[in-house]
Amino acid sequence: MTSLLRTLAQHRLFWPACTLVLLLAVNATFNAGFWQLQWRDGHLYGSLVDILNRAAPLAVVALGMTLVIATRGIDISVGAVVAIAGATAALLIGGTLVLKGGVQTYVSNTPMGLAIVAALLAAALCGLWNGLLVARVGMQPIIATLILMVAGRGVAQLITNGQIITVYYAPYFFIGNGFLLGLPFAVFVAAAVWLVLHLLMTRTALGLFIQAIGINPAAARLAGVPERLITVCVYVFCGFAAGVAGLIVSSNVKSADGNNAGLLLELDAILAVTLGGTLLTGGRFSLAGSVLGALIIQTLTSTIYSIGVPPEINLVVKAAVVFVVMLLQSAEFRAALRQWVRRAPLPGASA
Amino acid sequence: MSAVGSATFAPGGWRTRIDARVVPVLGAVAVFVVTFGFGSIAYNGFFSPQVFLNLLIDNAFLAIVGVGMTFVILSGGIDLSVGAVIALTTMVSAALVEQHHWSAAAAIPLVLAMGTAFGAFMGWLITRFRLQPFIVTLAGMFLARGLCYLISIDSISITDAAYTAIAQTRIPVGIADASITVGALLALAMVAIGIWLAHGTEFGRTVYAIGGNEASAVLMGLPVARTTVLIYTFSGFCSALAGVVFTFYMLSGYGLHAVGLELDAIAAVVIGGTLLTGGTGYMIGTLFGVLILGVIQTLISFDGSLSSWWTRIVIGALLFVSCLLQRIFEARRG
Repeated sequence: MTSLLRTLAQHRLFWPACTLVLLLAVNATFNAGFWQLQWRDGHLYGSLVDILNRAAPLAVVALGMTLVIATRGIDISVGAVVAIAGATAALLIGGTLVLKGGVQTYVSNTPMGLAIVAALLAAALCGLWNGLLVARVGMQPIIATLILMVAGRGVAQLITNGQIITVYYAPYFFIGNGFLLGLPFAVFVAAAVWLVLHLLMTRTALGLFIQAIGINPAAARLAGVPERLITVCVYVFCGFAAGVAGLIVSSNVKSADGNNAGLLLELDAILAVTLGGTLLTGGRFSLAGSVLGALIIQTLTSTIYSIGVPPEINLVVKAAVVFVVMLLQSAEFRAALRQWVRRAPLPGASA
Repeated sequence: MSAVGSATFAPGGWRTRIDARVVPVLGAVAVFVVTFGFGSIAYNGFFSPQVFLNLLIDNAFLAIVGVGMTFVILSGGIDLSVGAVIALTTMVSAALVEQHHWSAAAAIPLVLAMGTAFGAFMGWLITRFRLQPFIVTLAGMFLARGLCYLISIDSISITDAAYTAIAQTRIPVGIADASITVGALLALAMVAIGIWLAHGTEFGRTVYAIGGNEASAVLMGLPVARTTVLIYTFSGFCSALAGVVFTFYMLSGYGLHAVGLELDAIAAVVIGGTLLTGGTGYMIGTLFGVLILGVIQTLISFDGSLSSWWTRIVIGALLFVSCLLQRIFEARRG
């Protein structure tokens, strides 16, 4: 039994999974109906479904962020890109009231498919800008993405002209509010992104290349890995993922806010990636870990709300969780802990 | 050590060579002069001593935070908690003074000690357990903002006589009725202290060494661990002092004060010529970085017709140009 536990404990996802289980348990003890799942109005209802739904945008951004961090980079502009993507889609769709066959309906200013493509393209372009700055110009990733983070909010405000654009076109709401096979559509979007990434990373050499770049960029380049191209692509994908998240978020609130959309999202995303076991120094990464990290963050928020603790405590608890997890991930801390445990005298042992 | 420039006499005439490390700072000074000059030409009333002093007055807290942040970035680290510590300082000050009727003379040393201890705690975590500064200071940021909200969700206005008196004090400078505030004087003093610390003490030399190559610094026998803790302690102190100045400026305590200030501080340090990789940079550059950010804000407010979000775009563009130039110089030296 102990050997099974020991082999389990060696697994990279052990501590994140433990944290999530612990949080769910805490939630369940305080909240009687936590594990309840009901089928109403043609789809599943329940706290668990709620957590999955709200964690979906964060999970998508975290997945994009994982690859960037794996190449020793970082992208703190994802929040601004979320705002830009949401603003582009909302601006293009909008929703003007017209009379169709005697019924007042909203039609979108541009075909919805086109608007979505335009929003994702804008987000990918932001990612391309970041990637070129990092790979071609050679800027440090944090400062290169800082530029877009600062300017991006301004650009989003420019697109929305300083207003909050409300979307009236009903089919657009399906992305953030719709249900497919009983589960929220956003969860399917996140799962699709995860599946595609997983296949790309494991079935092709891409995962190996990205890890190589993160572990030793010079060695990877000498070994023939197309380091610059992959770096640019990784940032483009991160921007694209932020665009997807921006669509989910703006569809969920049926509007686009250049100022508040995706605020502090980059910090939550980096946190999710770190909680999942990927080191900020790059190298080995874990997509499942990042998804777990996103779930942990969302469960934490839900737990705090459901316990009845004032929501202001949210940040303090988040800080405590971050402290504990990063201490546990630190080898020095585990060594110090082991030393401290070993120094305590065993009962019955001779001095 | 090395002078800013040197002149050598070689066959063919005099040749002056400017030390490549100083060029980014000179660049920042040049950008500031050009921008201020542009404003003076374009707008009436821009070219006045009070407008220049207002740059210091309105950005005093940013300058103080910038001093601490410069040391952190010189050592190759980062401190994301500065804005949150400023907010916590304002909130604790407001709560102590308004709700518990402490005097300003008792509250201010307490919040300074609190900020310093906060920085020391983060520095200890980073050094003792070899954690990454990004994550530790990120958690510190969450913690400080969370503590703010624990004290009060809404803002607490400060009506204490001592605070309002200090906030309204204007010290005449002697030129054309221009005056300066206590906060701005504190900022200038902190920049001077920062320059002395960086270039005149062993602490400063160790910081530069750590930023240049931490492993080499350890092998050289420099007190790297102690210095790293001191760096973050100093940054915490600067954040707390900036919080005190911010309290005078806003006369309120609020959890949403100084959101995003850490990025403005990093931008000011980088625009001022300090490399994010550490090891190179001058404290005076940070002061000019802050002045540049201030002058952009002033330009836009003088223009009146541009919306405020253009500020973000212009700062982003300026950041881009500075970093691009830094990269070019790095590559040329490389």
